[in-house]
Amino acid sequence: MAVDWSLMNLEIATAVLGLGLLLLGLIIPHSARRGLGWLTVLGLAGILALSVGAWSHQGMLYNGMYIVDNYSTFFKEVFLTAAILVTMGSMRYVDEQVGYQAEYYGILVFALLGMMVMASAGDFITLYLGLELMTIAFIILVALRKTDGKSVEAGLKYVLLAGLSSAVLLYGLSLIYGLTGTVNIIQIAFLLAGGSVSSVLILGLVMLVAGVGFKISAVPFHMWAPDVYEGAPTPITAFLGAGSKAASFAIVLRLFVAGFSGIWQDWALLVAILAAITIVVGNLVAIPQTNIKRMLAYSSVAQAGYILVGVVTASPAGLKAVLFYALLYVFATVGAFTVVGNFFAQTGSDEIRDYAGLSQRSPLSAAMMLIAMLSMAGIPPLAGFAGKLYLFATVVQGYLWLVIIGLVMSMVSVYYYLRVTLVMYRDEPLDPAPITVSFPVALTMIIAMIATLVIGFYPGPLANITDVAARSFFVLH
Amino acid sequence: MNNFPVLSVILFAPVAGALLLVFIPPDENKLIKAVAATATFVSLALTLYLYLLYDKSVGGLQFVERIPWIRDLGVTYFLGVDGISLPMLLLISLIGFTAIFASWNVNMRPREFFILFLTLVTGVMGTFVAQDLFIFLLFYEVVVIPIYIMVVIWGSSKRVTKEYAGMKLTIYLLIGSAFLLVAVIAVFMQALAITGTPDFSIYGLAQVAFPAAFQRWTFAFMLFGFGSLLSMWPFHSWSPDGYAGAPTAVSMVHAGVLKKIGGYGLIRIALYVLPVGAAYWAPVIAVLGVAGAAYAAFGALAQKDLKYIVGYSSVSHMGYVLLGIASLNVIGINGAVANMFAHGIMAALFFSTIGFVYEKTHTRWVPDMGGLFQQMPRVGVAFVLAGLASLGLPGLISFVPEFTIFLGSFGRYGGLSVVAIATIVVTALFVLRAVANTLYGPRREEYDHLTDIRGPEMVPLVVLGGVMVLGGLVPSLLFDMINSGVAPLMASVTHTLQIGGLF
Repeated sequence: MAVDWSLMNLEIATAVLGLGLLLLGLIIPHSARRGLGWLTVLGLAGILALSVGAWSHQGMLYNGMYIVDNYSTFFKEVFLTAAILVTMGSMRYVDEQVGYQAEYYGILVFALLGMMVMASAGDFITLYLGLELMTIAFIILVALRKTDGKSVEAGLKYVLLAGLSSAVLLYGLSLIYGLTGTVNIIQIAFLLAGGSVSSVLILGLVMLVAGVGFKISAVPFHMWAPDVYEGAPTPITAFLGAGSKAASFAIVLRLFVAGFSGIWQDWALLVAILAAITIVVGNLVAIPQTNIKRMLAYSSVAQAGYILVGVVTASPAGLKAVLFYALLYVFATVGAFTVVGNFFAQTGSDEIRDYAGLSQRSPLSAAMMLIAMLSMAGIPPLAGFAGKLYLFATVVQGYLWLVIIGLVMSMVSVYYYLRVTLVMYRDEPLDPAPITVSFPVALTMIIAMIATLVIGFYPGPLANITDVAARSFFVLH
Repeated sequence: MNNFPVLSVILFAPVAGALLLVFIPPDENKLIKAVAATATFVSLALTLYLYLLYDKSVGGLQFVERIPWIRDLGVTYFLGVDGISLPMLLLISLIGFTAIFASWNVNMRPREFFILFLTLVTGVMGTFVAQDLFIFLLFYEVVVIPIYIMVVIWGSSKRVTKEYAGMKLTIYLLIGSAFLLVAVIAVFMQALAITGTPDFSIYGLAQVAFPAAFQRWTFAFMLFGFGSLLSMWPFHSWSPDGYAGAPTAVSMVHAGVLKKIGGYGLIRIALYVLPVGAAYWAPVIAVLGVAGAAYAAFGALAQKDLKYIVGYSSVSHMGYVLLGIASLNVIGINGAVANMFAHGIMAALFFSTIGFVYEKTHTRWVPDMGGLFQQMPRVGVAFVLAGLASLGLPGLISFVPEFTIFLGSFGRYGGLSVVAIATIVVTALFVLRAVANTLYGPRREEYDHLTDIRGPEMVPLVVLGGVMVLGGLVPSLLFDMINSGVAPLMASVTHTLQIGGLF
């Protein structure tokens, strides 16, 4: 069978970029390594351009092991956007707080490659391969601040819990393989359709939910998130929150909406309940936090709950809502964490009370934080409002309780977001020294801000793109 | 003229002002206020122009602008005004303009203050001109965040801290809006399921025949959302605290117009789109309205802080508005809309006057005041004018609307209307007592150094007081306009209103 390698152009280019960065780090002198950040941005931007060009190039490789459709390409573009923004936002942080530029950027690109494989995974093996590539890269990145006890602790926690969850996921996958005799998701969908649901299948499903629940930090599998988010270098937290979560949703959709569509009624309620618990717990626990990274971690738990709402109906509308939200969530998350990282690089603090008077010390940072948080809270005219409208519109018929819980809790979330706003805007600064924003960081913030506003004001174009992507998902299955 | 997007200009003139302010140095106090005043004046002048130009004999939506916005949701950037929304637009234009002058003495971070204020004004305007539910919601929630920031930075703490007041106000309104949002999404999806084409326009949704049971629960959600914004009893408790904590301009806009979005939404959206639900819940609205009117009137009787007195009295007045809406006939709803306008003007004048009194005497505590008429006759005039309008004196703007509400509701809710009418006596009692204890009585020497309002500070008195007298003497200016909007709306829902209510 002829293999159309051009379908994998993006992955090949990404792998080359990652290896190239590692190699370059070995040959170029220490002082020149600061330029690696821009090189990474350029390379990633090139790959993003390539992916836009390859939008209509769809197909399958190796009998459905690897699926390239608009759906997976859209997700790859989401990951690339996140990676570009994270890289730009983190240059100064890496130079001053981490070091190891070659390793940092190189491994970041490999984490990206893992996400891309996950988005295109057509069977369990590919899926697991991508997941592990991403996870192992993240373990290194989380623990990269070797001299910081918190970073190492976070790394160890991530190793243990990621390992555990991978084991659970793998066990679930193997049970389903045992039942159907295949690892191919499309064939599994065919075999499960219309059949009876055995208790072993239920057990496998539960294991899968637990395994991916960890990856998307859904309650009750979210315990690792605040600790790891707090301890990891802040840009990595941003990438973990935006990229890793989006990639995990890519496999959630592939597994549940494509693979288990035949037994939809058996898992829909489970996912709906999981979404509701995640939204409630994430938002409520975020309220008492005093560390901004922990607060954003719990808020990202809540956001995972919102996105799960789009999975419940297993419909093109739900899928489209997930894709839509995934992109706008990238801008909000990376924007907020870029502010946090930049602030930490200069003050050494992540405490919310130290953000006092940020609107006077750095108006751009304060505005970015405000816009990111209001977008996450779903206040119009920011992107989060349109995103939540798409998500909740899919479940309003049949799961009205979920809509009520979700919208009321997102209004509750305004409470803790506004607390930060209050500190930034009302209070006088403790230390009036301005917070400088370097060019790449400012660029990241401005892009994230404009994107959040534009998607909020004029969601039409993105809605069309995600619509096409969601439809392509159902064509192949 | 036909192609000139005059509503968009009205809507975005304040935003343009706010953007301009970003580039003005933060310490240019006078320039900042002049820019803010100019921006709101543009809106006011154009709104007045539209008010005169509106063809009442044709009625319906006029000055329409339509641009397709989000195709897959059927959202259009759809602006237009009818006889209900035009008075409301005029109200926010008047209050937005005068509130700038009521805040003439804000000298703490004035640039941020006026940027937030202009954003707030645009948000409120947008809700009245938007004919698309999505765009309506967009503007509806835009107002919440500026208000919160303004309350906590420029507000005042007396009985409760301004942080508490601001957060209480925000959470109440946001929780209300969450339920509103649930109802809107449900209505949209149901309409999509019935007609097959997505359409977010209010007119489009009103053409869909929703099942009765569906209308009942969605109307209840909307009633909760709009009702808590209108400070419908028992969801009113944010209102006195919020007004007491807020800076003058925010109290003016909030009590004057923002609340009215609740009443406007109930009539123009909930009743129009879900008439069966409205008929079902109307008795409940009437009971809650009258209970609120009576409860808040007695609540005001017990207050000694001027802002709390006006805060409770505004809850009480909104009770009349709810009674008017619940009557579900043209007369009652005409009265409700007119009363919203009248109360807006009156509350704005009240709050701006209290703001000046507080600025000068540093107290709002009624027992600490007295004889102020002697030192500040102009403040006194404004206060008396607002007070007399509040108790519905014939010849001022609020007499005819209240009379109309009682007329419209009496046939349907005889006993309740009697209770509501009786409440006016209590209102008269607390208003006259507050006026007497603040303005009259022996001269107090500690206030001899106070200067009366002058110059720009006179603008609220002149403009709002003028409207108050004009509206009282020539009520047809207001009523003809409102009737041209209410009559066709009621005509389109009347056939479904024959179905009985809850009890």
